[in-house]
Amino acid sequence: MSTLSYTSPTTVEAAVSALAGANGGAKVLSGGTDLLVQLRSGRSRPEMFVDVKRIPGLIGVREENGGFVIGAATPCVLIGEHRALQQAWPGVVEAARLIGSTQVQGRATLAGNLCNASPAADSVPAMIAARATCTVAGPSGRREAPVEAIATGPGRTSLARGELLIEFRLPKRPPRSADAYLRFIPRTEMDIAVVGAAVNLTLDPSGTCTEARVVLGAVAPTAVLVPDGAAALVGRRLDSDTLSRLDAAARRACVPITDKRGTIEFRTQVAGVLARRAATIACTRAGER
Amino acid sequence: MSKNHVSTTINGEPVEFLCETQQTLLDALRDELQLTGSKEGCSSGDCGACSVIVDGRLVCSCLMLAVEAEGRTIETIEGLARGDVLHPVQQKFLQAAALQCGFCTPGLLVAAKALLDRHPDPTETEARYWLAGNLCRCTGYDKVIRAVLEAGAEMRGE
Repeated sequence: MSTLSYTSPTTVEAAVSALAGANGGAKVLSGGTDLLVQLRSGRSRPEMFVDVKRIPGLIGVREENGGFVIGAATPCVLIGEHRALQQAWPGVVEAARLIGSTQVQGRATLAGNLCNASPAADSVPAMIAARATCTVAGPSGRREAPVEAIATGPGRTSLARGELLIEFRLPKRPPRSADAYLRFIPRTEMDIAVVGAAVNLTLDPSGTCTEARVVLGAVAPTAVLVPDGAAALVGRRLDSDTLSRLDAAARRACVPITDKRGTIEFRTQVAGVLARRAATIACTRAGER
Repeated sequence: MSKNHVSTTINGEPVEFLCETQQTLLDALRDELQLTGSKEGCSSGDCGACSVIVDGRLVCSCLMLAVEAEGRTIETIEGLARGDVLHPVQQKFLQAAALQCGFCTPGLLVAAKALLDRHPDPTETEARYWLAGNLCRCTGYDKVIRAVLEAGAEMRGE
């Protein structure tokens, strides 16, 4: 006999109290593309699903103060269709659009990608590189957290009982700024990143990099911010010497595992190559603005 | 635990059913509503055999709970033909012999319809990426893609 129950609250407060009241056995259901697979395999045995898609504001993208607010339950397909967002944050959008098939895009969300806490999540490096923050609602109110503060290890997050993500914020950008995300998979579609690399940067009018964020995925228990990679770029033009320094910094930041998708040596080498290529793409995009 | 009551619209008809929370939309379509055209291939969202259109968006019905269908508008393979008149994608699949065993075909047809509804004139590359979540182990995809592009041309009146 099943003991799994379902609720679809229409306010954040009702969602928080459902999550907080369920003895730790409640799970947030947004796109469900990871959760339902885990339910069927027995990896997850929740007592309750709290479907957050009927809460006003949790689905949709809006511009605010020159930046963007993305509802936590917004399916990736809507992110991909938002022209202004695509224009401002091409790296974030291309990362979101890499998650799964057309069918999965119709349901999968940034909040789910983040809270499922896979080290290989495609949107997470791009969101961290973008300095995205998220609003966390919980029993003691709301708080803002940087995206990098949420995942703490494979399948684990820093969210306390009763907490859920309600929206993401992408900041306003200076002129000549752009981002890019690349991943390596052994085929062209429908696979999980062996390595992912996101670079977000700003150039001055002469083409010198003034600000940068470099983030790698699938080479550590969580996405890793690479401050040495950013330091390799800032104050320089992206010539081959600069890119070599970035490549070396990216390789030094890797603490990967060997599994069926790739070895430690392979992942480390590819991380350097992808960081270089993502930086080059971001630089070209920024120069076109 | 009492079952969930769901009111939804399937292929233009209002439908009500009862389901357990852990039942997927695919389970409800097949087991509660006897709409067995949607197939269960992998049950993990990888193969696309269970593809349906929910509120205009293509999804895997194995990755959606039946209870989430409340108030939604759902299109399944059973709604593609109008009586005896096949949808152009169905007609072109027959003409191009774009199927062999047929297990993936309902999902491919629904996914192809969703593609052409949204992008009436896709390139071959766009069609291949759009259908990348529909696995077929028989045809090698070439006939499928040709059928989809020809259906698009027919629907555009070319």
